[in-house]
Amino acid sequence: MSAQFTPSPAADFDVHAIRRDFPILHQQVNGKPLVYLDNAASSQRPSAVIEAISSYYERDHANVHRGVHTLSQRATDAYEGAREVVRNFINAADTKEIVFVRGTTEAINLVAQSYARPKLRPGDEILISGLEHHANIVPWQLVCEQTGATLKVIPIDLNGEIDFAAFERMIGPRTKLLALAHVSNALGTIVPVEKFIARAKQQGVPVLLDGAQGVPHSSVDVRALDCDFYCFSAHKMCGPTGIGILYGRQQLLEAMPPWQGGGDMILTVSFEKTTYNQLPWKFEAGTPNISGAIGLAAAIRYLQSIGMDRIARYEHQLLEYAQSRLRDIPGIRMVGTAPRKAAVVSFTLDRIHPHDIGTILDTEGVAIRTGHHCAMPVMEFFKIPATARASMSFYNTFDEIDALVKALHRTHTLLG
Amino acid sequence: MDLKDLYRDVIVDHNRNPRNFGKLDPADAHADGHNPLCGDRLTMYVNLDGERVSDTKFEGAGCAISVASASLLTEAVKGKSRDEIKALFVDVHALLTQHDANVDLSRLGKLAALSGVREFPARVKCASLCWHTLNAALAHADEPVSTE
Ligand SMILES: Cc1ncc(COP(=O)(O)O)c(C=O)c1O
Repeated sequence: MSAQFTPSPAADFDVHAIRRDFPILHQQVNGKPLVYLDNAASSQRPSAVIEAISSYYERDHANVHRGVHTLSQRATDAYEGAREVVRNFINAADTKEIVFVRGTTEAINLVAQSYARPKLRPGDEILISGLEHHANIVPWQLVCEQTGATLKVIPIDLNGEIDFAAFERMIGPRTKLLALAHVSNALGTIVPVEKFIARAKQQGVPVLLDGAQGVPHSSVDVRALDCDFYCFSAHKMCGPTGIGILYGRQQLLEAMPPWQGGGDMILTVSFEKTTYNQLPWKFEAGTPNISGAIGLAAAIRYLQSIGMDRIARYEHQLLEYAQSRLRDIPGIRMVGTAPRKAAVVSFTLDRIHPHDIGTILDTEGVAIRTGHHCAMPVMEFFKIPATARASMSFYNTFDEIDALVKALHRTHTLLG
Repeated sequence: MDLKDLYRDVIVDHNRNPRNFGKLDPADAHADGHNPLCGDRLTMYVNLDGERVSDTKFEGAGCAISVASASLLTEAVKGKSRDEIKALFVDVHALLTQHDANVDLSRLGKLAALSGVREFPARVKCASLCWHTLNAALAHADEPVSTE
């Protein structure tokens, strides 16, 4: 007796107008209209982003921070302008705190190697949780191996929420860093990071947030959060691949040694002594991903033109609709049932392997992700090899969720 | 791409009711296979009578293609010699990967139902996992018996 949720998309949210901004969405896949529901893996780009990148290459490209000539200045202005756009987007205090990196993975590795490694001693502890992406596990395993520190994992419960009481028991004088996902990619859980951060601050423990799934779907204010590091990737928020952000509190970044050496990160080089550049360039060795930064800035402007709060509200409606419709699929089991969730539905079907679901849905034009979602410990916790995961973005429609449901019924008929 | 080509009735049947499913105990050799991409895991057990596979069973969990392929394999290799199995794998592999495969389907019997897999390149590994695992088990059977 599942109460049917009736879609009532916000009158002020014109999803069809938004879809016109995304050229890739208008195509057939296997003879069916594409239904792209793999946004947690990577989102799609609006024309504004594609055009910003091509116009940069058509008119303004040169290396940055190097030349007095006009193009180099234009490129530098655009690149540094992008940094300001990012600063404003996450409300950091200063552009010195915004480091361009390759993505979330590189940001976390940078913190592990440059912040944690010099500090850690045998017996010290790093705390993460049981719902982390491999990107927020393996860099800490590496640094623990290098230093003799120990990685401790805060357990999760069957809803996919991090056990706060266990965290309170685990944090202590040995804890040197807490590294948590803001939003889980495999389960959709929105982690109540505020209370974890507040408790960590009492203990004087710095906090890193893996914001790969947080930034694309809600407004993030790093100063209000009071976190010390915040990491995210452009490609999950309508920007290009190969670029992402490490936000770090200035005081911490100042004290950290450079991570990589090379051009751009130095002030003077001699064979006797090299002096390092200021923040943030100290952490940006070599020619950076200039077009990527420009594309990211265009993506942020695009998201802001819609409004992060409206995006969050609409995506929440999509989530509620998807959850209510999916309930009727025979043999479905939802994996990740936290009360606060991003627009991610992870599920299994009784006696049908996720890999088969993925293939059958693809022939219906429906793109979802199947597998362990780079979160093998999460799969192990739920004692399943894999899940099927539909992850929605603000350009998805209620009709597309109906297409997903129809394709799942077909799956059930074929293999159930 | 037609789904009915991939999920033929034989495949669906062997997925729903896998043959020779379970542990072979005692077994002369066994090996574990794992496809990390999709999480498929299976164990192949073999008993040998000289050069011939006298019995084989499998257990594990995986997608319909990997379970059906393993089930079909166990039926196909029972009673065959190592050389015959090797030749069969060459044919199955060609069937799974090549469009113009010059394979005598009559030699393959029910295994021919796997021919639809080649239209779905992402699924070839699912169908071949059991064969690689069987090879590993047969290789183990060559190893000197440990007395530990
Ligand atoms: C929660 C989470 N953390 C980290 C990552 C890694 O991001 P990237 O591959 O862009 O470095 C992802 C992306 O898959 C993610 O979802």
